Amino acid sequence: MRSNPLRESTPVRLVLIALALAILTLFLFAPLLVVFGEALSRGWEAYFDALSEPDTQSSIWLTLLVAMLTVPIDLVVGICTAWCVAKFEFRGKSLLTTLVDLPFSVSPVIAGLIYVLVFGLRGWLGPTLQEHHIHVIFALPGIVLATLFVTFPFIARELIPLMEEQGTEDEEAAVVLGANGWQLFRRVTLPNVKWGLLYGVLLCNARAMGEFGAVSVVSGHIRGRTTTMPLQVEILYNEYNFVAAFAVASVLAMLALVTLAVKSFFEWRYAKELSAEGRA
Amino acid sequence: MNSTKSPVIPGFGPTLGVTLFALGLVVLLPLAALFLRAGGLSWDQFIHAAFSPRVMAAYRLSFGGAMLAASFNVFAGLVVAWVLVRYDFPLRKLVDALVDLPFALPTAVAGVALTALYAPRGFFGKILLSFGIKVAFTPLGVVVAMVFIGLPFVVRTVQPVLQDLEAEHEEAAISLGANRLQVFQRIILPAILPALVTGFALAFARALGEYGSVIFIAGNMPGISEIAPLMIVTKLEQYDYAGASAIAVVMLLVAFVMLLVINSAQKWRQNRMQGY
Repeated sequence: MRSNPLRESTPVRLVLIALALAILTLFLFAPLLVVFGEALSRGWEAYFDALSEPDTQSSIWLTLLVAMLTVPIDLVVGICTAWCVAKFEFRGKSLLTTLVDLPFSVSPVIAGLIYVLVFGLRGWLGPTLQEHHIHVIFALPGIVLATLFVTFPFIARELIPLMEEQGTEDEEAAVVLGANGWQLFRRVTLPNVKWGLLYGVLLCNARAMGEFGAVSVVSGHIRGRTTTMPLQVEILYNEYNFVAAFAVASVLAMLALVTLAVKSFFEWRYAKELSAEGRA
Repeated sequence: MNSTKSPVIPGFGPTLGVTLFALGLVVLLPLAALFLRAGGLSWDQFIHAAFSPRVMAAYRLSFGGAMLAASFNVFAGLVVAWVLVRYDFPLRKLVDALVDLPFALPTAVAGVALTALYAPRGFFGKILLSFGIKVAFTPLGVVVAMVFIGLPFVVRTVQPVLQDLEAEHEEAAISLGANRLQVFQRIILPAILPALVTGFALAFARALGEYGSVIFIAGNMPGISEIAPLMIVTKLEQYDYAGASAIAVVMLLVAFVMLLVINSAQKWRQNRMQGY
């Protein structure tokens, strides 16, 4: 550990720790606690009644459905992106990575807006879709597309640095030994990046289930039909049905807590594997 | 480090193809629709839609609020990162893990929770109101939500840099007679400055586009507590697609400038690291 002149005096240290904890409590911990406090303010029975309400039930199913449709697509595309960016050199690579990251810097509301402009009633394809009775906006396809947009960079962002660090020597050796592309990925690349990949999937899933702005623009808020859980929170809240709003919110908050817990577990496993490799 | 140029490894064509196809379909084509729609406006119409007094007030709140929140986050994030890296205290690991909460918590949940806390009858709101401070349903509430959403960006960019800082420089300075404050100002601060700038830009960019956590606590009074993303939603609800597109284009251009700032701050940081 550090010797004494390198450390702040004990009072300074305590003040800084107290300040940091106060900031985190005011802005992070208290909001988290209030979600559960408000949800349970009328007891467990009211809590479970609120969650078993039909519109709320259908919002839970819709949220699961949206995540089940988007996360696998994100997974396949993210792995492809990471593979071509991390393992090959080509012109325009940095432009490609910038474009892949673009959804991170676009307001979620704009992410919803662009799909309304393409598929909405007065959008590019609106009249054509109307003729064929295909509903995209205010329906499931629009929600899936908007969710795909906001979650687009998550998996590639996690994988690219890990795959770049790994280099290409192992893969080249495997090719020389006669491995095909799929074997190569499964046996050589995947074991090295699996924790990063799992964390990427997890974050992607949390965002897919929790996205509000983009989905709110394309969903139309049709109760029991196109409301995902975050939209259901909004609807219930605006109706002053606070217990129900916070009950749904508490389920989403638990999802966030599980995400963070699993992330910590992955980091711990990854550090352990690294140190095990170091010893070998 | 070997070059990643590898003619031996298979799969370049198909993986690049899938990437470009998905990127084009999901991201680029819809964004092109936005610019085409806004481009269909005459200059006067564009100005009228994107810079009307009500929209200008929304920009002022979004930019001003994001600026204030990101500045506060630079200070708060530095304190939190410092404490997490340098000191030991009970539950430190748990606190460290929970810093990422705004990344994982759905924004609508954060929005209703912050409103419940800071509303005049809420736990913190009551206390603040007794000092005559109103938070929820005022521009200050907007800033509070933006602080929430931006805090981890600063902590997570500064934390690794603080962790990698060599103790030798500090030891040398102290052996030369510097006190703790001088060591911070002359040795530590310059080393973490690029990370602080990056964190500021990331927090600012996120706060600017943020919607879910802000609209509940903002109260959304026209001209007073409306944010720019809400103006897009409002125009859309009136089926004013072109007007919504005009505001979106202005916001995208600002986001693009922020992206440039972030990239150059990161290059600055890499150069700084190589200097050591």
